[in-house]
Amino acid sequence: MSFIAKPKVSHPGLPRNALGLTLRDYEGGMSTLCAGCGHDSITAALVQAAFELSIPPHRMAKLSGIGCSSKTPAYFASASHGFNSVHGRMASVATGANAANGQLHYIGVSGDGDTLSIGLGQFCHAVRRNLNMLYVLENNGVYGLTKGQFSASADVGSKAKKGEVNQQPPIDPCQLALSIGCTFVARSFSGDKDQLVPLLKAGLSHRGFAMVDVISPCVTFNDHEGSTKSYDFTRKHFHAAIYADYVPPATEIRSRQAAGSVREVTMHDGSRLLLHKVGADYDPSDRVAAFEYLSRRQSEGQVVTGLLFIDEGKPDMHEVQNLATEPLNTMGYANLNPGQKALDAIQARFR
Amino acid sequence: MSKNPSDNDFTVKVANVNGTGSASANTLLMKAFFRMGIPVAGKNYFPSNIQGLPTWYEIRVSHDGYICRSGRVDVLVAMNAETYRKDLKDVAPGGYLIYDSTWPRSQQLHREDITVLGVPLARMCNERFTKTRERVLMKNIAYVGVLAALLEIDTGVVRQLLQDSFAGKPHLLDSNQAAFDLGFACAKEHFSCPLPFRARALDRTAGHVMIDGNTTAALGALFAGATVAAWYPITPSTSVMDAFKRFAERYRRDPETGRLNVAIIQAEDELAAIGMVLGAGWNGARSFTPTSGPGISLMNEFLGYGYFTEIPAVLIDVQRCGPSTGMPTRTQQADIMACAYASHGDTRHVLLFPANPEEAFYLSAAAFDLAERLQTPVIVLTDLDIGMNDWMCRDLKWDPAYQPDRGKVMPAEQLEKIEKFHRYLDADKDGIAWRTLPGVHPKGAYFTRGSGHNMYGAYTEDAKEYQAVVDRLRCKWDTAKELVPAPEVDYTDGCRTGIISVGSCDGAVREARDRLAGAGVRTNYLRVKAFPFGRQVQDFLDAHDRVYVVEQNRDAQLRGLLLLELNADPTKLIPVLHYDGLPITAADVIGKIDQGMARGEAA
Repeated sequence: MSFIAKPKVSHPGLPRNALGLTLRDYEGGMSTLCAGCGHDSITAALVQAAFELSIPPHRMAKLSGIGCSSKTPAYFASASHGFNSVHGRMASVATGANAANGQLHYIGVSGDGDTLSIGLGQFCHAVRRNLNMLYVLENNGVYGLTKGQFSASADVGSKAKKGEVNQQPPIDPCQLALSIGCTFVARSFSGDKDQLVPLLKAGLSHRGFAMVDVISPCVTFNDHEGSTKSYDFTRKHFHAAIYADYVPPATEIRSRQAAGSVREVTMHDGSRLLLHKVGADYDPSDRVAAFEYLSRRQSEGQVVTGLLFIDEGKPDMHEVQNLATEPLNTMGYANLNPGQKALDAIQARFR
Repeated sequence: MSKNPSDNDFTVKVANVNGTGSASANTLLMKAFFRMGIPVAGKNYFPSNIQGLPTWYEIRVSHDGYICRSGRVDVLVAMNAETYRKDLKDVAPGGYLIYDSTWPRSQQLHREDITVLGVPLARMCNERFTKTRERVLMKNIAYVGVLAALLEIDTGVVRQLLQDSFAGKPHLLDSNQAAFDLGFACAKEHFSCPLPFRARALDRTAGHVMIDGNTTAALGALFAGATVAAWYPITPSTSVMDAFKRFAERYRRDPETGRLNVAIIQAEDELAAIGMVLGAGWNGARSFTPTSGPGISLMNEFLGYGYFTEIPAVLIDVQRCGPSTGMPTRTQQADIMACAYASHGDTRHVLLFPANPEEAFYLSAAAFDLAERLQTPVIVLTDLDIGMNDWMCRDLKWDPAYQPDRGKVMPAEQLEKIEKFHRYLDADKDGIAWRTLPGVHPKGAYFTRGSGHNMYGAYTEDAKEYQAVVDRLRCKWDTAKELVPAPEVDYTDGCRTGIISVGSCDGAVREARDRLAGAGVRTNYLRVKAFPFGRQVQDFLDAHDRVYVVEQNRDAQLRGLLLLELNADPTKLIPVLHYDGLPITAADVIGKIDQGMARGEAA
């Protein structure tokens, strides 16, 4: 992964967030992805989301696996720790890191190759554990680093750059996540920052596993005619089921509530999600209905986007395990040492 | 009748059927010797199966304190009709075979050189007990009663043991005591008790416990302050986490909030288990995973990652028979090479080799200090024999002054003072760079990557920058040599024949050396306790004309590692190998050294 530092110069008039930081403070190194790569738009959205939420950059931990998508953590929040792990196993690293200190914001960035092939098992199990993290799946349906093979999210009939037609059915991360109990499932498009930023903010504020599948066209290997993950195709078939507004805890929201079709979800940190229903028959709190809606629309060739499902009531990994609220990585040894008396008591049973 | 009757020097073996509840009876029998003050060891030979297949439990009683497998059977209790033929053959001349005469077998497969004693165990229990399950279970306690009469075991000790085991369960206490009495009375009535093999009370077990190494390894992790444990169940390491969970529930739960200060995560597989351990280690928690050979295979990629990115992690590899699935319930030391250089590229891993459960405790705890000091994965290489068998070992002590060595972790105050933090600078010239933890300070941020990185932590494909990092890792390896536990060495003057061994070979080698010395053959001894090998190992090789390398694998892996890492003439290192899945005996060692001496290999 290339890493070129950006010059740290910013306009004095740039807006500042509650921490007094500017957007520049949430940026990382220069991207070395292809010009126009959807992943860079996602990076920009992540920068925007973290800035708007006023998260101290060093309180974020960025993790990824292997692939084009997994380079992303190098391109935002240079003041936070990054972890570029091995292929498909970011989820387990995030699980261990989260167990060690549940008080950081964990942002995992993965791709369709990394998550839906070798990483499929770890992704599913992180969902099962309701790990408290934002998991961004940068989905372009193709292997970019190895120059153009189909990934597991490529649609049947989708055409590769060299003309090969995909025969195998795709694994849809949203349907998969819904089916295994994910508590926050969203889909967006890298070219629609207005939709993506509120979703990322909501995902970061969600207590539990927030999966945001982002269609992110690969301009080099999958942006041609016949691709179903191209800019052109996605723009034409984009169908928003739900638009979400994210409202931080301290913000006055009375005026926004005026909209007739708004549904409000209070998140664990006191922030609120305002869900504007676009699809007439869509309910993002009904897992079965969401699954059915998604399947039906996809069979019609539509790319359904928005916050597809949310459940704020399910305990996350820390709650299920009843873990100490204090981070385990800084817990003093006095709290961890059972002492010789305990050792003697244990040994008494072995005599 | 034995020609060499012996007090406190015999082996009792019980042949049974897996899943019939014999384990508690065998433990009762072994603990009875232990509480009589007699050195004793138990070996469980069990199938990779839930129930139904043959299983054996062997108890060695040793006045001299030898607790490795004896390799002979003096008294065999044949409770499994299927294995009767084999069991009969296993008894040493002059020994005894006790069988359940409810189904007559005394006419089958006679041997003139042993004594066969029939006891109607099933019939007695069927008459005494009404419930089916009870009838099956109590047959086992009844043979303990028979043995108590034949071997003159202190019945008061047994009574107390039963009371300790079934305190609060009077119905179980009553039936167990009744079954024991049935067997005892029957033997007293029908046989000439005691046999020439007799248990005589001694005072050699005070200050000792009977404990298995998986339990002590778990205690080591607990006392070292491990706070994240991730694992995928695999024989024979599963009981490490079973024990750790049990202790954590008791000693790591805040009495006020009820919350746990340890995260125990059952991973979906070994790939995830090591990922979790590395994620937690990267984030500053003491984390570990117990596993066995097949798990090590799966963890390889991440082990290389942990080495190159310098993340502390502890693995407890309870070795079993390989290759592949091998024999999951048999012991071996065949993961040495796989662990030493696990993963592709130039990787090297710190290994610790406990010889028994006592060392499994101390070395498992030490592994956490080493992992954090050296910022690297450390693998504790124990084995099934240590991990799952009951060993007599000295009481475990915990230094009240112990504080974890967290290594070079730069705190916020220090970060505040420096101009810029660089992850992989060798500031102290010991090969160990300073690290920072996520979330501590904005200046501490760095990027962890398995791809090429330079001394500042940035990505690189520059030849010199890359090489500087891997050369520093080599320098760190030299530092590790000074930090790992020194080998245990026993020199006698003027002796030019040495023995090197590792881990659970120790007991057999010690007994073999005593017996060889009794026959006039003197040997020096070194037991490696860690990899990398320190100076003492090279010195030992240099000081001897011949060195027998005793280990439990086919391919002489320890010997290979010595030759790879140290300067030695290969002809000087003579392999003594045992790898059939059963724990090594003194006879195994002596036999091969004798052969060597016949070829002129011993000085």
